[in-house]
Amino acid sequence: MKRRTFLGGAMAVAVVGQGSRALAQQPPIKIGMSMPQTGGLAGGGKASLLGIEIWRDDINAKGGLLGRKVELVVYDDKSSASETPAIYAKLVDVDKVDLLFAPYATVPTAPIMPFVKQRGLLLMGNFSFQVNSKVGHDMWFNNAPWGPADSWAASFLDLAQKAGGKNMALLTADQEFAQNLALTARDVAKQRNIPVVFDQSYPPNTVEFASIIRALKAAKPDIVYVASYPPDSAGILRAVNEIGIGDDVKIFGGGMVGLQFAAVMSNLGSLLNGVVNYNTWLPEPSMYFDGTKEFFEKYTKRAIEAKVDPLGYYLAPFGYAMGQMIEAAVGATKSLDQKGIAKYLRENEHKTIVGPIAFSADGERKETATLQAQFRGVKDKDIEQFRSSGKQVILFPDKLKTGNLIVPFEAARK
Amino acid sequence: MNKHRHSIAFWAGVAIFLVAVLSMTQIVRNEYPFFAGYVILQFIALAVAWSILGGYAGYVNFGTNAFFGVGVYTAVGLFKATGAPLVVQIAAAAVIGMLLGFAVGLLTLRMRGIFFSIATIALAIIIETFVMNWRFVGGAAGIQLQRPPVMAPFDSYVKMLFFVQALLAVTAVAIARYIQNSRIGRGLQALRDDELAAECTGVPTLKLKLVACMISGALISAAGAPAAMYLQYADPSSAFNLSYSVSALAMALIGGTAHWIGPVLGAILLGSTQQLLAVTISSEVNVLVLGIMLVLFVVGAPKGIIGLLRPRYRLRAGGKP
Amino acid sequence: MFSMDLLLGAVVLGVLLGCFYAAVSVGLSVSFGLLDVPHVAHPAFLVLASYGVYQLNESYDIDPLLAGLAITPLFFLFGLLAYRVYYETFERRGSDAGVRGIAFFFGIAFIIEVLIILQFGVDQRSVSATYIGKSWRFGEFRIPIRQLVAFAVALALTVLLAVYLSKTFMGRAIRAVAQDEEALRLMGANPVRIKQFAFGIATAVLGIAGALLIIVAPVEPTLDRAYIGRTFCVVVMAGLGSISGTLIAAIILGVAESIVLTMFGASWAPAISFAMLLGVLAVRPQGLLGR
Repeated sequence: MKRRTFLGGAMAVAVVGQGSRALAQQPPIKIGMSMPQTGGLAGGGKASLLGIEIWRDDINAKGGLLGRKVELVVYDDKSSASETPAIYAKLVDVDKVDLLFAPYATVPTAPIMPFVKQRGLLLMGNFSFQVNSKVGHDMWFNNAPWGPADSWAASFLDLAQKAGGKNMALLTADQEFAQNLALTARDVAKQRNIPVVFDQSYPPNTVEFASIIRALKAAKPDIVYVASYPPDSAGILRAVNEIGIGDDVKIFGGGMVGLQFAAVMSNLGSLLNGVVNYNTWLPEPSMYFDGTKEFFEKYTKRAIEAKVDPLGYYLAPFGYAMGQMIEAAVGATKSLDQKGIAKYLRENEHKTIVGPIAFSADGERKETATLQAQFRGVKDKDIEQFRSSGKQVILFPDKLKTGNLIVPFEAARK
Repeated sequence: MNKHRHSIAFWAGVAIFLVAVLSMTQIVRNEYPFFAGYVILQFIALAVAWSILGGYAGYVNFGTNAFFGVGVYTAVGLFKATGAPLVVQIAAAAVIGMLLGFAVGLLTLRMRGIFFSIATIALAIIIETFVMNWRFVGGAAGIQLQRPPVMAPFDSYVKMLFFVQALLAVTAVAIARYIQNSRIGRGLQALRDDELAAECTGVPTLKLKLVACMISGALISAAGAPAAMYLQYADPSSAFNLSYSVSALAMALIGGTAHWIGPVLGAILLGSTQQLLAVTISSEVNVLVLGIMLVLFVVGAPKGIIGLLRPRYRLRAGGKP
Repeated sequence: MFSMDLLLGAVVLGVLLGCFYAAVSVGLSVSFGLLDVPHVAHPAFLVLASYGVYQLNESYDIDPLLAGLAITPLFFLFGLLAYRVYYETFERRGSDAGVRGIAFFFGIAFIIEVLIILQFGVDQRSVSATYIGKSWRFGEFRIPIRQLVAFAVALALTVLLAVYLSKTFMGRAIRAVAQDEEALRLMGANPVRIKQFAFGIATAVLGIAGALLIIVAPVEPTLDRAYIGRTFCVVVMAGLGSISGTLIAAIILGVAESIVLTMFGASWAPAISFAMLLGVLAVRPQGLLGR
């Protein structure tokens, strides 16, 4: 606890400094983070980082935070949990950064949660899932739109039940994120008396999904909830297309990671049609807020050079939004005092390029803004088509809705 | 006499090292060195333990990650079930690692070395699959752990873990050194040079290999056990990461396997390079450096660092494919 | 939920999958099985080939199989070169090639991974062809055509290689060099040249295998790590250097995996496959069709 002193010191300097001294002579405000730049999460990590970098450049062009330049200190955590404790210790104890952002995803974030809690540091979360539920750190704020843990499964099952779904099949990757989704899906199904007729976890690096899809089809479900990882999502959709899934199925998808990335989408092309899947941002009319359009103009230009996802809908705008929230909180509290920033973040609603964000006590969104959208009229081999609206029609949440679910799944695939 | 003097020097060195580590935990306030140091010490323990079987006997264990993961999850399971203290977690991990080494050894050490290697890969995948399906320790979803309060004289848990890992590394080195100078070591070396000839001259090869496999397994699992508390989180894909296997092997070979000091030097060099790169270059180039270092050392310094430093080891270090 | 229909389907799909496993392992059966080279970079070469196929497919719209065929000469040369380096640094100097050879190839594998990342980025890549995404119907039962393609090509590849090794002069020389290098030397042949050629063949085969890899599923730069276990498992279970054994072992693994995925808890599939390997090793250390 007493280690917090240096931050207090930094804060004091900041408070004194922001009064009258010449801007150029002040040290920059350092924001530290690790980001997966190699390994399984690298694709997402790099896109997320680009979003944050665009925010940094924007804020510096406007004169910085509290009149000081913003500087990012970023290390590669290799997508692994074992790297982040040392990295964050370095950021805090050696680099003496002023603020901390979390790495993309749950696994690298989990080991640093106890650390930031013990040191009483503010941590801006970056798309991890329920990582604070056991730790209970009151200075944690997740930029992801997930909301309450069960809202994800609940929103999908709402759609499914409205479409006449009576029983559910659950196909999940045997990996951290997918398993956590599956847990909530089972709970929600139980509450609503939806029988689970098929419940299988497939192992990582599964090559061929034809056999497991046959088994799923044999169970004759009418709701198919899939929580899968990037390489597998493509394999599952291919197998579904080849093997068929049966005419009973009303709705298919829910938690497939990977279908948000341009490379995967353009490759799967028409196989995507009909799938209802979660997303975070889509180029639908309801999704444009102050600055959204400008952000994507910048992102599209820089993505080519950085060899990252050319669309960047899934993570990048939320990286930018994370910066915007810090910008608002530091601006309002006029300091870098982490307690003050946390208090501000908890008590206010924040305007960002991904819409208004308000937090509940656990640092997750008060209300879920996780989209469920259905792919429609997608053609093969064309990345550009995903930039226009109508390719992924938003079904949930209601206030962002841009269309209705087409059922059954087989009809929606045409 | 000479040997006796060496022994005194060694134990004095150990004592000085441990005292230095302990006083560092008391004096240094910045916690980063302990985080980074823990990782390097862990690699020293792993590389030295690996080299007891891989270096002395020439049986390449690809399954360092299996033993490491077993250590992690023994600690997790025990901590969750009984809240056992760190010492008990480590001891239990060592016992389980030893049993595992015994089982694997019995099954595969009769065969040529390469079959043993392949069997250890299979073992790693089988055990990882078991852990993924073991809901009590979180399964594939992983598990978050709350550290118990730290014990005196340490003022932070990471410092304590740093000291504990230093003890484990020293234990591994002391055991490796003992084996190297004992009849076991000479027997292992004989069977590495020519297993058939060794057997003919009455060396109990299978028994020796089994002993080496058990000790190596126990030490690797013990070194893995504190990782649960270090990360306060465990998930199968991190705990059974292939990189532990590759790192242990690479460090031992880069250092040289003929003498216990080799893996220590290799682990310090490679471990600190990796730690340094993680916070400097910090990109895919990191992996590239590991690859190039491996190739350069294996090609340019066949006996590792100790071969470069002390040419006489070149004579002693032979081996079989 | 047991049904004969499901079981039968699982077996059929398993055989197809097994043939694919055979195709990606058969090169290793030559390089590791016959030549004793601890080639842990084999899967990295395989993934590299997939990216080569991807590049040709993406920029010139060449069919992935043709693209695979097109890169085989390149891979043959690459194999010749790789063996030369390996020979000069390890075999010629004699002892200790095993352990250091493994480290050497791990290093090579890492370098390949990074080069792929630098060139193609970290996103997964896949190819397009007319036979990807369609299926062949047989009443209610449907089989993905890409699997059939993989099956046919893999089978042809394995049979061709087996025939080559047993019927042609060079093939027999390769077998001979694996069995008794000294005898061959005495007969006036240069064993190193023969081994180098064999390693070239083993690497050339990866061109086709890489095409199959990216036809069956998308690839990403670090995919090789998942295939180290699988390919070595197949080759060892087969019996070192036995090409027909490779096919049999791969099919057994494919069928086992498919049955577990369909009928039992899917998440246990990897444990079952590798437990079978351990079982074979314990009972019959020389492998199913070992020499």
